[in-house]
Amino acid sequence: MLEIKNLHVAVDGKEILKGVNLHVRPGEVHAIMGPNGSGKSTLANVLAGRDGYVVTKGEINYLGRDLTTLEPEERAREGVFLAFQYPVEIPGVNNIYLLKAALNAIRKHRGQPELDAVEFLALVRDRMGLVKMPEDFMSRSVNEGFSGGEKKRNEIFQLAVLEPRLAILDETDSGLDIDALRVVADGVNSLRNPERSLVLVTHYQRLLDYIIPDQVHVLSDGRILKSGGKELALELEARGYDWVRAAAA
Amino acid sequence: MSQPNREIEQLVQREYEHGFVTDIESDTVPPGLNEDTIRFISAKKAEPDWLLAWRLEAFRTWQKMRAPNWAHVHHHPIDYQDISYYSAPRSPKDGPQSLEEVDPKLLETYAKLGIPLHEQKLLAGVAVDAVFDSVSVATTFKGKLAEAGVIFCSFSEAVQNHPELVRQYLGSVVPMGDNFYAALNSAVFTDGSFCYIPKHTRCPMELSTYFRINAAKTGQFERTLIVAEEGSHVSYLEGCTAPMRDENQLHAAVVELVALDNATIKYSTVQNWYPGDENGVGGIYNFVTKRGDCRGANSRISWTQVETGSAITWKYPSCILRGENSVGEFYSVAVANNYQQADTGTKMIHIGRNTRSTIVSKGISAGHGQNAYRGLVRIAKSAANARNHTQCDSLLLGDRCGAHTFPYMETKNSSAIVEHEATTSRIGDDQLFYCRQRGIAAEDAVNMIVNGFCKEVFRELPMEFAVEAQKLLGVTLEGAVG
Amino acid sequence: MSDPAVHEFLESWRGVTPVPGAPWFAPQRAAARQAFQARGFPTLHDEDWKYTDVRPIASRRFGSGTETGVDAGLTAAASFSAAGAHELLFLNGQFATAADPAPALPAGVIVMPMSRADARQNESLAAHLGRYADINKHGFLALNTALAGDGALIFIPDNVEVTIPVSLLFASAAGPQPTGTCPRNLIILGRNAAATVIECYTGTDDGEYLTNAVTEVRLGAGARLEHYRLQQEGKRAYHLGNLSVQQDQDSRLVSHAFALGGALARNEIDVRLAARGAQAVLNGLYVAGERQHLDNHTRIDHEQPHTTSAEHYRGVLTGRARAVFNGKVVVHKDAQKSDARQVNANLLLSDDAEVDTKPELEIYADDVKCSHGATIGRLDDNMLFYLRTRAIPAAVARSLLIYAFAEEVIQPIGFAPIRARLEQRVLGRLPDAEVIREFVQ
Repeated sequence: MLEIKNLHVAVDGKEILKGVNLHVRPGEVHAIMGPNGSGKSTLANVLAGRDGYVVTKGEINYLGRDLTTLEPEERAREGVFLAFQYPVEIPGVNNIYLLKAALNAIRKHRGQPELDAVEFLALVRDRMGLVKMPEDFMSRSVNEGFSGGEKKRNEIFQLAVLEPRLAILDETDSGLDIDALRVVADGVNSLRNPERSLVLVTHYQRLLDYIIPDQVHVLSDGRILKSGGKELALELEARGYDWVRAAAA
Repeated sequence: MSQPNREIEQLVQREYEHGFVTDIESDTVPPGLNEDTIRFISAKKAEPDWLLAWRLEAFRTWQKMRAPNWAHVHHHPIDYQDISYYSAPRSPKDGPQSLEEVDPKLLETYAKLGIPLHEQKLLAGVAVDAVFDSVSVATTFKGKLAEAGVIFCSFSEAVQNHPELVRQYLGSVVPMGDNFYAALNSAVFTDGSFCYIPKHTRCPMELSTYFRINAAKTGQFERTLIVAEEGSHVSYLEGCTAPMRDENQLHAAVVELVALDNATIKYSTVQNWYPGDENGVGGIYNFVTKRGDCRGANSRISWTQVETGSAITWKYPSCILRGENSVGEFYSVAVANNYQQADTGTKMIHIGRNTRSTIVSKGISAGHGQNAYRGLVRIAKSAANARNHTQCDSLLLGDRCGAHTFPYMETKNSSAIVEHEATTSRIGDDQLFYCRQRGIAAEDAVNMIVNGFCKEVFRELPMEFAVEAQKLLGVTLEGAVG
Repeated sequence: MSDPAVHEFLESWRGVTPVPGAPWFAPQRAAARQAFQARGFPTLHDEDWKYTDVRPIASRRFGSGTETGVDAGLTAAASFSAAGAHELLFLNGQFATAADPAPALPAGVIVMPMSRADARQNESLAAHLGRYADINKHGFLALNTALAGDGALIFIPDNVEVTIPVSLLFASAAGPQPTGTCPRNLIILGRNAAATVIECYTGTDDGEYLTNAVTEVRLGAGARLEHYRLQQEGKRAYHLGNLSVQQDQDSRLVSHAFALGGALARNEIDVRLAARGAQAVLNGLYVAGERQHLDNHTRIDHEQPHTTSAEHYRGVLTGRARAVFNGKVVVHKDAQKSDARQVNANLLLSDDAEVDTKPELEIYADDVKCSHGATIGRLDDNMLFYLRTRAIPAAVARSLLIYAFAEEVIQPIGFAPIRARLEQRVLGRLPDAEVIREFVQ
């Protein structure tokens, strides 16, 4: 699904990722953990193709293609989804309208017919239940006036509608209270399937109590210092990151 | 799809059928302006003496006036002697006769707007008065309107058939000497639309006028007068277009609206005059005076405009809120791309008690465009409990354009509440990226965000106009971002 | 070429001997005189003056007031020397030696009347005077330069922070004839210097006089100036005050402008944020009653990236008063990341009063945060009702709400004695002042 080899990424001329290797197979859930400033969000952004994140070395292979040559919307249509850490507000643009445009762009790319309004609404209603989105969300502008938790739920809701192959969740747990976290995690779990891979970028182990990863990686200073099973997350929770760094040094 | 657009194209196309000439041969007077020109126009139209006298008085007033210089626009002085003040297609059969003869770029624009030129059919519900250069070409649906007692005809016909109404209301909202361009228009106006809605009548259909400047070196000076009697209701749409020419052409129209007790007039404009090319060459100077008089109690006048065209736009559709409880509204989207300049806004003059006004202005600047909102809210001492709310937002696309806000608020009544808010924004990189991450192409994302920005105005437009306006915006801003 | 009335106005001017009289200033004076003669007084046709008619000033002839004494009680009431400020007193345009010695200022700091500048000080004057105020902006600025009388020279060297406020007190008295002064001040802060400067203008109520004051300010990189302008002129006075500021990198100006007195008064502030990181905060309050006409004009130029301005002006109008607010913000090309906010709120308490407000934005850069808001209204009925349900009499509730409205721009005043004076002067105009005072203590 996703194969990252020796990835170096610079932002504003400063090297942030310094040789990341990562291999995610279909159906797997990988957690990327690490202290602040380790490069976690950079990894998420570079996968989605944000401007200003320059790949200076290495490669990103996605379904056998070089991902770095694709524009952000092309990646999205190919099935790469980023759940943003800070979802932006877009005044005046209706939430549901954005979603319909996005879904139809993706479907068109896949050679599927576009959904008409009735089919689309049926799909939306079905998926809204997954993350318990409030009804009035349909008529609101994109993320405008949403609470932090609502914004995060909206990201997962979009994930549920757009059905990507590879979803990257950038600190989706931050700012969520325990109940909201459970709702989001249940939503994500229900979307797991053998064809869909997940990359969870997170600071805390908390999310991993609900979404059990196949592999956990520790990213620090732009490199993956240690990888392991889900028990690694618990160890990190208990001991912090310093020992990983010390061991790697 | 826009019905008025279909109408006009059909009219044009109908004429296309028989033989063909590149330019429509027009009955055009040589450029120049003096009293003889005015006598010529008046004679050509067989006008009554009082109207000629009125024109001449306006001309003499105009001669003593100077062009205004306070607007935030720059242009070379206009040579008023180099303009032709009368141009009429010689006969309907002389029009362009095949699609190949229509400017391909104009066709391209229409195609982008989704107006299929080749299959236009009369769509019931819209009556069109099409003004081609200076004269009114055809008015449809006259019969159905007549049943309802509604008079909708060209201004020239109104002068012939309803002189008493014209005489009563002409110049009663925009006096002949109101401003430089209004005075010029009063002297030389050639045609336009006239509309009269009798008492307690709801006009059975949307009324529409379509303006087009075709001949070179002509000015267009149309005059529109709408009178809504007690308890009547009318919605009026106005569309404008002009082919590409590399010289500047002047369009100085006057629109007067009169709303009596409990009457409502809704006036919508989609203005797409030729804006000049991407280097600022050519384009229409759109210097227009539009004013509505809420003369009666509980009357309402609502202006909605989408201004995407013209090299320079200078217009301030205004409301005089004279009647008690009368309501004035102004909803505007103005775009200035490339080297376009727009100085537009409104005046809300509160005179009556409990009068209310709402102003929503959305300015979009791109390229080297300069976009200014200029608005006056005046609360007279007599306007107890008057209310105004103004929201004025600017969107900048690129770092070479300008967005300016010049509101004037003058209040003389302590029970009035006047509020003004203005903001400036651009399309954030993060907004664009967010949309693209969801699979939406950058250009579509920009369109989506721009349309979101304009939503409050678009929803005031009649449905088919709103669709056209949205598409027009997309065409106008093509290439402005990214 | 020049208007005879303008010529006559100049010729009949009997203000104090122009100061500074140094030869280096003579060409500027001559140029300004010429500019004034060419331009004359502003008229209602000038966009910037469309709401303020200065014909009452243009039609009068102003003599010198030097022979008239200024009442000691008047100056004492306006003085901040007892509050610990280092004060210069100007009576009818002439420097007057204070009775008590002013508190000492740090070494190198210059605070003195321009008329006493020595050769060396004249040098720094020559380097700055006339550089920041534009004589071509309008006739009154040209007039001030042409006729400039005495005023303060304030010079704070690099890295010096002056904690003692410097107060400039201008007091005028009219004799049987109208009198006029054109005070001119110059305030220069070096790199990272800091100071607080108060300008207070006062005068007698019994006659007509004109104050046409100009203050030029240059803030060096990282400098901080807290500037107060208290216009509490006499009832029949004409007052024009201009503050022209140029700011270097990361400097910060905080201006508080209060317009209370005068029959016809205009307060202007022009700020050029001429280098990255410069910040300006402009607070203002105008309280106009009877037939007063108070005009406030501000202009802020964001000339460079990352500059910030925040402006908040409030007005309270009663009687037959008229107030004008015109706040212009210009964000120049390439001044990206500029942040400009402006608020103007007006309380119109009489049907015979008028407010004309015009907040303006001119923006030539796209990556900016700019907003303005203006409101004109009366007291909020809900608030009044709420107070009355809490057993407060209607009249008291009204006064209380009026005071609370003004308090928003009084509260940010850093120098407590000024806050106290304003509280007293604003409260003092209201009915039930004593009762309210208890509420707001």
